[in-house]
Amino acid sequence: MADAGQSTGSPGNATGAAEPDGRWNGVERALLRVRRLVLLCTLLPLAAVTALPLWLTAGPAWAAFGLLPLAAVAWGWGALGRNWRSWRYVERADDLLISRGVLWRQLTVVPYGRMQLVEVTSGPLERRYGLARVQLHTAAATTDATIPGLAPDEAERLRDRLTELGGARSAGL
Amino acid sequence: MSEAQGETADHGGAAREGTAGAGASSTGTTGSTVTDPGGSPGTGTSPDSGTSPDSGTSPGTGTAPSGRPEGKRLHPVTPWRRAWAPVAGLVAFSAHDFERTREWFTHLTTGWLIAAFAVLLPVAAAYGFFSWWFTSYLVTDTELRIRTGLVFRRTAHIRLDRVQAVDVGRPLLARVAGVAKLKLDVVGTEAKDELAFLGEREAVALRAELLARAAGIAPEAAPEAGEAPSREVLRVGTRTLVTGLLLMGTGWGALLATLLVPTVVYLASGSVLGALAALVPALGGVWAATGGRFLKEYDWTVAESPDGLRLDHGLLDREHATVPPGRVQSVRITEPLLWRSRGWVRVELQIAGAGKDKGGVLIPVAPRGEAAVVLARVLPGVDLAGAAGAAVPVPRRARWCAPLLWRGYGHGATDSVFVTRSGLISRRVTLVPHAKVQSVRFEQGPWERRMRLADVAVDHGANGWTAARLRDVEEARALVHAQAERSRTGRREAGPERWMTGGGGDAQAPASESAAGCEGAPGPAAGRPKDQPKGDGTPPTG
Repeated sequence: MADAGQSTGSPGNATGAAEPDGRWNGVERALLRVRRLVLLCTLLPLAAVTALPLWLTAGPAWAAFGLLPLAAVAWGWGALGRNWRSWRYVERADDLLISRGVLWRQLTVVPYGRMQLVEVTSGPLERRYGLARVQLHTAAATTDATIPGLAPDEAERLRDRLTELGGARSAGL
Repeated sequence: MSEAQGETADHGGAAREGTAGAGASSTGTTGSTVTDPGGSPGTGTSPDSGTSPDSGTSPGTGTAPSGRPEGKRLHPVTPWRRAWAPVAGLVAFSAHDFERTREWFTHLTTGWLIAAFAVLLPVAAAYGFFSWWFTSYLVTDTELRIRTGLVFRRTAHIRLDRVQAVDVGRPLLARVAGVAKLKLDVVGTEAKDELAFLGEREAVALRAELLARAAGIAPEAAPEAGEAPSREVLRVGTRTLVTGLLLMGTGWGALLATLLVPTVVYLASGSVLGALAALVPALGGVWAATGGRFLKEYDWTVAESPDGLRLDHGLLDREHATVPPGRVQSVRITEPLLWRSRGWVRVELQIAGAGKDKGGVLIPVAPRGEAAVVLARVLPGVDLAGAAGAAVPVPRRARWCAPLLWRGYGHGATDSVFVTRSGLISRRVTLVPHAKVQSVRFEQGPWERRMRLADVAVDHGANGWTAARLRDVEEARALVHAQAERSRTGRREAGPERWMTGGGGDAQAPASESAAGCEGAPGPAAGRPKDQPKGDGTPPTG
């Protein structure tokens, strides 16, 4: 998982306007692999389950319906790639920026002082691929600041750094 | 932003950290912790309970199942508040399954009835008694502790410096019985963390003591500090309230639905029962929009005191809320269509930790000028006309994103608040103080991108957010960063959490306190003459 899309400077989708004083970090390529795997594991059996009974009962022409999930796979393959490229984050002096989304773009800014807790989670599938997810909670439940697909080392580094910065700048409600 | 700014922010943050409480980073803003002592005496009582009134009892007895827990008891009327529950349950069951109930009752003989009562009554009485016996509360220097539970013991420790509001409620029956319930609004408290019921006088005295302690008044003075004097700022007359309700669209809309829907249902199905089934919820809606609101908002009084804003209201159920300074997360000013010619507005406010059932009304209806006066007390330094005027309309091309509605959208920012405007028929202006902004979001959908527009949303601590919709994309990008900067620095100008400890040790506090304190109001010191000498000697953390 060496290549993590470590693009420097302004990102392609340019949701960050003012040039941040840090590097935009991408997420691990393994995340893309996991997501594509999940896509294949759900849609390919679905295609088979749709096509086979139709072929046997109604004839081969009807089995073309099985192509629909396959088309979804083809589209999803590319969409997941674009989505994966859109995930990026940068640690600035006073806040963390998370940018994501292709069609619906979102950029979240969380000042370090507002962080209430930092959570690192890793499910079984994510662990298998060496991934972890960092989630930031502020006092507002609507704050949506999650970075999926980090290498465990990077996740821990980020967690420690965020906790440290949050502790130094913490503020009440 | 430059490195130098980062440095200053760092120092500011560190200075605040020293005074605002070292627990902030670990416990966060959640002011309430719940422990289950589980028989170990150490967990339930922390060492600082030394000055508590009832701490003569040793900590060990608190968790012994047979002993009387330390602290004060609730009012003896408390067990009776659930007395209606079995009756209601029986009624609901018989309504649900009428045939079976009747069958049962024909089989019941006097002997069975006596036997049932002989078992049920003592059990219910014992449950009521023990649940009352094992519920107690205790005020320490820093916390309010509530112990409950007969089998599963539960101790809630509510940190006083995190108090967002104090509510005293007196429902109709409680007023008859002369009792009241008291609740501390703290992030993380649940409905069961309220003290129901206390004697009326006791509740008021407890409120005064809790506020005094939360304000940072010297611990030994707090129990006798008494209620801080208050001054009435606004009282909504019955006439204004009724006129306002009559001119609201919601009540009439609900009434129209009440007339239309059952008629349509009856015409379509021909069944009276179906029409009735449609009528009942509709009537409920009408009641909620008219009569219910009238009862709730009757005699609405806003008063100010050094402990913050006091709201009193209600015709049958009297309710009182005290909102300490600097607790308001967001304010919304609504202007329904028919109120505009009279210049009336409705003001709602959001406080962290307040229950979801609460509407969070500040003023149900008042002329704009009077509302502005109250608003200036809630958000010091905010001028209603100025804030509303700061909202800049969206670019004209936004009409392709939100036809008609685009005219209502607007956004602006003053020195202290983030302002958004929306709505055509009912105009809404939302103000979020920069200091309360938790995170900032830039959002853009595909169609907005085509129109070179974007939304900027800010999240605040009362689990809400407001969005400046359909801004020009360049402006929105700049705005995200500017707002993040403002909310970061805004925090430093806010008053101290313990609002009476202005001169404690925080170098920035005196200046910021006077700026953030009650402007034009009697100052904190003048308001509580009794405690003023003690104010400086108070250790910041109590």
